[in-house]
Amino acid sequence: MSERLHEKLEILADAAKYDVSCSSSGSKRKNHNKGLGEATGSGICHTYTEDGRCVSLLKILLTNHCIFDCAYCVTRKSNDIKRAAFTVQEVVDLTMNFYRRNYIEGLFLSSGIFKNANYTMERLVSVAKKLRTENKFNGYIHLKTIPGASDELMHEAGLWADRLSVNIEIPTESGLKLLAPDKNIKDMIEPMTYLKKEIIRTKEESKIFKSAPLFAPAGQSTQMIIGASGESDKDIMHTANKFYKGFNLKRVYYSGYVPISNDNRLPGLGSAVPVLRENRLYQTDWLMRFYGFHVQELLNDQFPNLDPEIDPKLSWALRNMAFFPVDVNTADLQLILRVPGIGVQSAQKIVGARRFNKLGWDHLKKIGIALNRAKYFITCNSPITDRKDYTEAKIRQFILNESRSKFLTNGGQQYNLFG
Amino acid sequence: MEVSNTIFSDKPVIVSYDGTWYGLLTAVFDAYSKKWNVSGFSVIDRESQSDFFAEKVVVVTDEAKAQRVWLGLKKKVPKENCIQLYRCYLSEIAGIELTIFSCIKFYFSGFDSPHLAYGNPDVLKVNQTSKMVYREKHRMEAFVRFQRTADDLYYAGIEPDFNVIPLLNEHFAERYADQNWLIYDIKRKYGIYYDQNKVEEITLDFSNDAGAKTSVKDVFHDSETLYQELWQNYFKNVNIPSRRNIKLHVQHVPKRYWKHLIEKK
Repeated sequence: MSERLHEKLEILADAAKYDVSCSSSGSKRKNHNKGLGEATGSGICHTYTEDGRCVSLLKILLTNHCIFDCAYCVTRKSNDIKRAAFTVQEVVDLTMNFYRRNYIEGLFLSSGIFKNANYTMERLVSVAKKLRTENKFNGYIHLKTIPGASDELMHEAGLWADRLSVNIEIPTESGLKLLAPDKNIKDMIEPMTYLKKEIIRTKEESKIFKSAPLFAPAGQSTQMIIGASGESDKDIMHTANKFYKGFNLKRVYYSGYVPISNDNRLPGLGSAVPVLRENRLYQTDWLMRFYGFHVQELLNDQFPNLDPEIDPKLSWALRNMAFFPVDVNTADLQLILRVPGIGVQSAQKIVGARRFNKLGWDHLKKIGIALNRAKYFITCNSPITDRKDYTEAKIRQFILNESRSKFLTNGGQQYNLFG
Repeated sequence: MEVSNTIFSDKPVIVSYDGTWYGLLTAVFDAYSKKWNVSGFSVIDRESQSDFFAEKVVVVTDEAKAQRVWLGLKKKVPKENCIQLYRCYLSEIAGIELTIFSCIKFYFSGFDSPHLAYGNPDVLKVNQTSKMVYREKHRMEAFVRFQRTADDLYYAGIEPDFNVIPLLNEHFAERYADQNWLIYDIKRKYGIYYDQNKVEEITLDFSNDAGAKTSVKDVFHDSETLYQELWQNYFKNVNIPSRRNIKLHVQHVPKRYWKHLIEKK
């Protein structure tokens, strides 16, 4: 019996791993009934895979049987692979026993679509319900919502889960039509719209009634596959921006396409996973959410793609040298945040510390800013300065020279700097 | 060695205390109120570098004095910054007491929001050391691996770099409220035990049990091996080989933690 369970876990964990979301943060579920678990903190990565990704949740498919034939998906119906399905009880037992041993923060349950959307969604919901009610489980639950499932089921999912997500998968509508002929954008947008409405409504309710039930307290997220449909970075980030603004999404995930077939609509087997591009997209995402950048400043018709060699903030700074130098001892926080090499925490530290004494290079270094980049863009309490009216090309060259070795070891397999 | 109140304020002294947090706060109280010129701290009965030019004073732990320092601090800086000082103490880094003392002195010096003075070397050091200890605490919250014993106790052995056990009870008691558990620091030879009611500090005497040749089967619950193997299996299968990045993997899961991680065995 345990052999069959091992085999199911192998197949259904393997099929779920291309979903990169693993976040277990943003909820506020307490262990209110002296049961098992809680989901109040910022989430814990309990281990990391050998590819360096965080393992926080038990991420599995309920089944990899699927009636759809999306080209980019390993479980597409035309793919000749082993199929398996967990029972509801098996998923519950795995989650409880992994959680009790402190292996995981909770469950991320997704599924191939069998029979139809509602039938599939119903099974996902029943796992979550069983965990919450029969097992008093208060750990984190992330459910994938199946495009086209009914509002009633979406509502019930929201009552038991901390986070819900609909994966948009392909950033452009034309790409989606080409690669996922069974799916349509409307079926994805509708549940997002419904969830947004419900999340807002229940939040309002809980302001009036303290006892109002939680509804997807960690909000909703989505994922886009990167590099499968020839889209530009601008396409991706403008779509992401629309989702953040229009649907109050908590997170958009970017998943570099891992070649899984020789379908001629897609990059073939053996082509590299665009890991560096993925990284640049996440940096851009962070700049939009935490640094006060508008997507248009970073990616537009003139600059539709990110620079692989340097990070997007540095890239923006070099295009906008008129903003600099920023005087760290007097400038607003918003301006300091725009300096390459200064992160959110360092920026806040600078603003706190400069009330006591004017900050010089030594202070800045100890606070932890990356001077090798920042020094070209700031002035501080020191006569020595590295701003000698260098051209942007020169600055770029200086910075690249200092960090070249890193690029060669990490990004070398994708971008040939001398090519 | 004698308890002395008659030290000239310019003569350097080594303050000797009992190694406890309250002891250290008492020492801070005495040194501050008597304006001692502190050149270092030492723990009674623990070897430390002697300073021939400094006089040694022994401080007797006094909870009331310790409380006064603690409450006084709370009026000067946010609670998080008070806890930072405690975390520094738990780091057990040689010489950290002097940094804690200097930092507390600065917090009491009358500046507005003194905890934001990152340009002050003691404030910065306290910030950074506290961060290291906090990271270790966070790692333990992640890397503790409970094993279910035959008598339904969830046991985990740990060997953290810093003495973080005192920082762990809240998290684990809240989370694992419906199971008995024990987290044991093998290096420091003590642990915390939870009986679904309260958390207690305990020390174990392994001399009898370890000697007797009990097989793993007797010690652990019937299901333990199954779930350990399922977890190992899961760990292997969520990996994407074409994205392999061992450097990043080791950075997140440093090798010194591997021996207690089921998935890395």
